Amino acid sequence: MAAFNLKINGKNIEVDVDPNTPLLWVLRDHLNLVGTKYGCGIAQCGACTVHLGDIATRSCMLTVSSVGNQEITTIEGLSEDGDHPVQRAWLEVDVPQCGYCQAGQIMTASALLKKNPDPTDEEIEMAMNGNICRCGTYLRIKKAVKLAAENNS
Amino acid sequence: MTLIKTQIGRRAFIRNTSLASGGLVLGFSILNSCKSKDAEKLAALEMPEEWFEINAYLKIGDNGLVTIMAPNPEFGQGVITSMPMIVADELDVDWKNVLVEQANFDQEDYGWQFTGGSQGIRRRWEGLRMAGATAKQMLKEAAAQTWQVPVAEITVAKGVLSHTATNKSAGFGEMASIAANLEVPEEVPLKEVKDFTIIGTSKKSVENHKIVTGKPLFGIDYQFDGALTAMVVHPPAFGLQLKSFDGSQIKTMPGIVDVFKIKTLEDSFTRGYFDTNAFTDLVAIVGKSTWEVMNAKKQLEVEWEPIADSKFKMDRFGTEMEVDVPSGLESTEDHYAQMNEMAAKSATTTRKDGNPEEVFKIAAKTIERSYSCPFLAHNCMEPMNFFAHVTDEGAKLAGPLQAPVLTAPTVAARLGIPVEKIDIELTRMGGGFGRRAYGHYAVEAALISREAKAPVKLVYTREDDMSCGIYRPSYMASYKAALDEKNNLVAFHVKAGGIPETPLFANRFPAGAVDNYLAQQWEINSNITIGAFRAPRSNFMAGAEQSFLDEVAEAAGKDPIDFRLELLERAKSNPVGEENDYDPDRLAGVLKLVREKSNWGQTPSGVHRGVSAYFCHNSYAAHVLDIVLEDGQPKVTNVVCAIDCGIVINPDAAANMAEGAIIDGIGNAMYGELTFRDGQPQQHNFDRYRIVRHTEAPKNIEVHFVQNKIDPTGLGEPPFPPVFGALANALYKATGRRYYKQPFISDRPPLVG
Repeated sequence: MAAFNLKINGKNIEVDVDPNTPLLWVLRDHLNLVGTKYGCGIAQCGACTVHLGDIATRSCMLTVSSVGNQEITTIEGLSEDGDHPVQRAWLEVDVPQCGYCQAGQIMTASALLKKNPDPTDEEIEMAMNGNICRCGTYLRIKKAVKLAAENNS
Repeated sequence: MTLIKTQIGRRAFIRNTSLASGGLVLGFSILNSCKSKDAEKLAALEMPEEWFEINAYLKIGDNGLVTIMAPNPEFGQGVITSMPMIVADELDVDWKNVLVEQANFDQEDYGWQFTGGSQGIRRRWEGLRMAGATAKQMLKEAAAQTWQVPVAEITVAKGVLSHTATNKSAGFGEMASIAANLEVPEEVPLKEVKDFTIIGTSKKSVENHKIVTGKPLFGIDYQFDGALTAMVVHPPAFGLQLKSFDGSQIKTMPGIVDVFKIKTLEDSFTRGYFDTNAFTDLVAIVGKSTWEVMNAKKQLEVEWEPIADSKFKMDRFGTEMEVDVPSGLESTEDHYAQMNEMAAKSATTTRKDGNPEEVFKIAAKTIERSYSCPFLAHNCMEPMNFFAHVTDEGAKLAGPLQAPVLTAPTVAARLGIPVEKIDIELTRMGGGFGRRAYGHYAVEAALISREAKAPVKLVYTREDDMSCGIYRPSYMASYKAALDEKNNLVAFHVKAGGIPETPLFANRFPAGAVDNYLAQQWEINSNITIGAFRAPRSNFMAGAEQSFLDEVAEAAGKDPIDFRLELLERAKSNPVGEENDYDPDRLAGVLKLVREKSNWGQTPSGVHRGVSAYFCHNSYAAHVLDIVLEDGQPKVTNVVCAIDCGIVINPDAAANMAEGAIIDGIGNAMYGELTFRDGQPQQHNFDRYRIVRHTEAPKNIEVHFVQNKIDPTGLGEPPFPPVFGALANALYKATGRRYYKQPFISDRPPLVG
């Protein structure tokens, strides 16, 4: 066990956990931030995506000890009230089916738009390719990412 | 106007009579405590001070806000929105003043709470309309009594009751307390289809805001004070069972509370049809956090031993039977060898029309082909999990279940308590696809909680989820068709089987359209457990049949759509046999619609097209799928889809589900495969089990619904099966090669050196 000072969603939070604990389980089990999802545990599905700084990162294989003082943003902290342009676009397009993967999709999409505010279809597909949606909402995800980009410009 | 006899449940009726004597039902604490930002955002009105329960499905607030209960479990099919829409339409409330709440397991109030078989809307249609119409009638009665005018003169629109002649009007909230005290009317009128104001208009999912902000919605997110985390260790292979284990090493690991064995079902237990379970003896590890339990699980010392041949008793919805479980460690290679052997032998005839054997002998042309598919894992994005807190008073459970109505009795039987003492909170499911109709994990959670004497949340790792059974079976189907000199289809033979069940539907198309028809089946038993997977059996048969018909049409020199339509015309005008289970007109209808919408016959250059149409789960779907070759690799670019599922409740959400079914179909047809070696699943996670991804989805999908006034017939499954055929037929056009073996990605000709 060791104490870690984490910056999560703009707040400083201290946790006392095994240094090898993946950030995913620190968020879910220790901080009750359950919006970040467990899907595979091996960084293959993207359900656990958070932002480390501005970079979309899989939290299931990122040990808490390797986070350091980088800022962590989870789906709960993406916006004050669910009004981030990507979240609004998701609502407008009515993207979700089961909804389980969507937090990860939104975190990947919002990191993409921060880096590339006007992505092409191919750039969206490539950026989102690590996020599995078992229900097959891919076309709506792409549409929502484009809508968020338009609304932002 | 349709009049419908009301069938308000006894409990609801008692509530109403108790209202009459005891006043109003006040303060639904749960609802009021939900006075969150989300709730206020969803509704145009503030939360009311008092709620009045009119029946089990709806409560009306003193300010006109209406809470509608969604009775069926939600796994992404959208019933948490569409079912309340049906109630709201008959009630004539403004949708923006509706709040929706997921009902928990309550058979008395909500009857058959089952998500599966595309049955939800179809089975609830009348009951939900009745619930809304009954409440509206009671509100009208309340207004008529208050204003002393005839009830027939009261009109209702958007939550407002009016009496034109006296120029009186009142919101639902003003009449709710009076309405709640009235007797339930014996019969109520239902709307004509043309009068629907909410049904048939697109409404966004009522849970979207929670989803996009990461609120706890799913079973795996369930939180309960003092809850421990549990995981189970199951045998690594089918055909093995627990011999012994030593938990002493891991008990000392950080955060580990207890390690013990559970037996999910007693050997003598008569199982229900959905009690499927290959691994009843498990080691449970209970600890304080997921990561600590995961680590301990990897270190557990455990020994396995081969199972012996055994039997268990099953009650298949009233039919008692014995099920054989064979011993042995099975492999995919052996499965295909066995299936090929069975396919070459004679099989059990389930339907025969005319004299197919003789006609095949004299046919001008015969075509014979064989198709196969592997086992598939459901791979719901949310792994199996369940919360349980078992005490002397009863069992409190919560989690993702498609069939609480079937799981609750098993939990009760295993705990030895009455089913009335089982509470199940229904959480949103992170996918289902049939998998969560098998609730063994809820029983496991209950047993672990009882043994650990603590509230526990059982969580499967992805690897546990993928390797513990309940798969789409592996199937094979052989077809033979005879054409006469004029290229008419004169005989048709389908022989289908699988491990461990046959996929055959003897009475589906082209049965009824061919004079000489033979349907046969065979089965090979297995200890690998199977279960319903989105459109069970159809998900294979549609692809096989529609690929074969494409080849037959080509051999007959006919356009594939014309060929099917000719057969359907025959099935309509002069059907062969009386057992045909499809409506040829509706099947032809989706083919004609997809032909029109896809501009069939005007294929753009460089595009390769395949068509397919299928009936299953009471509905009809047809797809035209386009492929282009990019660097020599086939890429699905466009899919046009036509569906006849009767009245569509929520069109855009329905289109979403059809789009998903098409992408799911492309993914499973191209890549889906679970293989076995010595009983062990060879894929345990998404590194080796390939799921369709963004770059592999089509660029565009168009969904068209046949407009009619038929009561809804179901949508979750029907658009899925025909994708396999449309894809195979388009791949043929693109590559010049027919695809017979799923997954198509590995169906390549042997290299010739």
